[in-house]
Amino acid sequence: MTFPSATSVRLQEDPLRRGETASAVAGGLRHSLVVRVTHWISAIACFALLFSGAGIVTAHPRFYWGEVGTLKDPPAFTLPVPSSRKLVPTRYGFVLPDYNGGFRKLHFEAAWALVLTGLVYASTSLWTGHFKRDLFPERQHTNWRALREAVLKGFARARADGSGSESYNAAQRFAYLTVIFVLAPLLVWTGLALSPAFDAAFPAGVAALGGRQTARTLHLLVSGSLLVFVVGHIAMVILAGFKDRMRAMITGRAPRSAKRI
Amino acid sequence: MTPSSDHLARISRRRLLTTGVAAAAGLGGLTVASRLAQRYGLMPPDHRGILGVGETLTYAAQRLLANHSLAREFPRGMISKTPYANRVKPAAKLFKNTPASVLADWQLTVTGMVAHPGTYSLSDIKRLPFRSQITEVACEEGWSFIAEWIGTPLAEFLQEVGISPRARYVVYASLDPDWWDSVDMADALHPQTLLTWGMNDGDLPVAFGGPLRMRISRQLGYKSVKYVDRLVVTDTLKGFGKGLGSVQPEHGYTWYAGI
Repeated sequence: MTFPSATSVRLQEDPLRRGETASAVAGGLRHSLVVRVTHWISAIACFALLFSGAGIVTAHPRFYWGEVGTLKDPPAFTLPVPSSRKLVPTRYGFVLPDYNGGFRKLHFEAAWALVLTGLVYASTSLWTGHFKRDLFPERQHTNWRALREAVLKGFARARADGSGSESYNAAQRFAYLTVIFVLAPLLVWTGLALSPAFDAAFPAGVAALGGRQTARTLHLLVSGSLLVFVVGHIAMVILAGFKDRMRAMITGRAPRSAKRI
Repeated sequence: MTPSSDHLARISRRRLLTTGVAAAAGLGGLTVASRLAQRYGLMPPDHRGILGVGETLTYAAQRLLANHSLAREFPRGMISKTPYANRVKPAAKLFKNTPASVLADWQLTVTGMVAHPGTYSLSDIKRLPFRSQITEVACEEGWSFIAEWIGTPLAEFLQEVGISPRARYVVYASLDPDWWDSVDMADALHPQTLLTWGMNDGDLPVAFGGPLRMRISRQLGYKSVKYVDRLVVTDTLKGFGKGLGSVQPEHGYTWYAGI
């Protein structure tokens, strides 16, 4: 039994109603100004965080569970990368140039930018109903078929007739909700647990994670999930029509010409 | 068409106005905030430059919200069996030209805004009330270990030498000519900031900074300078090195390492 999804039926049968049923924001914009500005600041901050984080890791690419761990302790795992420090044994015959100080400054600066931007995004989204309207799944999104269709076929159709371009599809909702409400809070939490001054002020934060080294290892693993999202997100944007999607995220306007034939 | 474009024009005019007002208010707010931060000691000495913003936010936030918090202390059973001493500069090389008597009779010279400047021997320091604490050392590289640290709280020593109420920083320097740092009074007078001379029930080994090491418990390991032999109590960090409060910013690191 295959039925067209509720969204596509609704969108296709009455184009005139599309604006009032599924538009992301009033005025026919796909993305509101706040969403666009916070998206790009977050994008730059995420790139800076992943880049500087990768650099910081090379100072000690060994990871441990629990509270402590040094070169004298067996690691839980070691990343197969060269190190920026002479004393760290690696399989490589060379030592990377050491820019750890600069990487760290960039990392914390980008973290502040991302957290402050995230607070602006979250508070305005609660205020305007962006979360409720565009992110929390509606009934037609909460099944595997909708998810699979969104990933496999949704982009081809979005390209052909523009349907679904006013709101997020099931796969997008799932991915964005995971990043906003799971990965980002986990990254902030595990990151703060690596701050000796923050641990002094809120010891329960690092204790609940199971210790400083566990927090560091989790911070790496969650960053890996974020990297997977970023790669998938960019791939999907390219598949769905790079120019149209970029234009929508920059100007806010979804492509409308010749899409309703 | 006309009503809608008129509507748009009105919206964009209003938006332009509010954006302008918001931008002006934001700039004004930033200026006021930075003046206030300077005045209340919330600006790190190396706050300049675009990457100084993050450090300033971290330092100001932590000084405002958690000035007096205590670093975590651990049960004796969690003391690391394998503590690790990073060989920043191998102690053997550093001490090669140092007479054995310097190590045996370690001295700490205090100058600056104190009532009793002078040179204090390690036994002078050990006569003051001391403290033992089991805390974690976390290196900026990522590794960490737990040890028992025994020493004289810097606050006790500063009280002994009589610091001026105008003092804002304590600068401390190593026998290693390329290692010196400073802390504000919040960390200098913090009960867990120790002039450390013992570790795990014994003397502080040379590899871990003995005979005398500054332990700053709420900051990363690099603030805990080894082989400390000079203290300066001051109200300004200008004139110390490049005026950035520490040798670390000269190597790309931040002065404040509470992160």
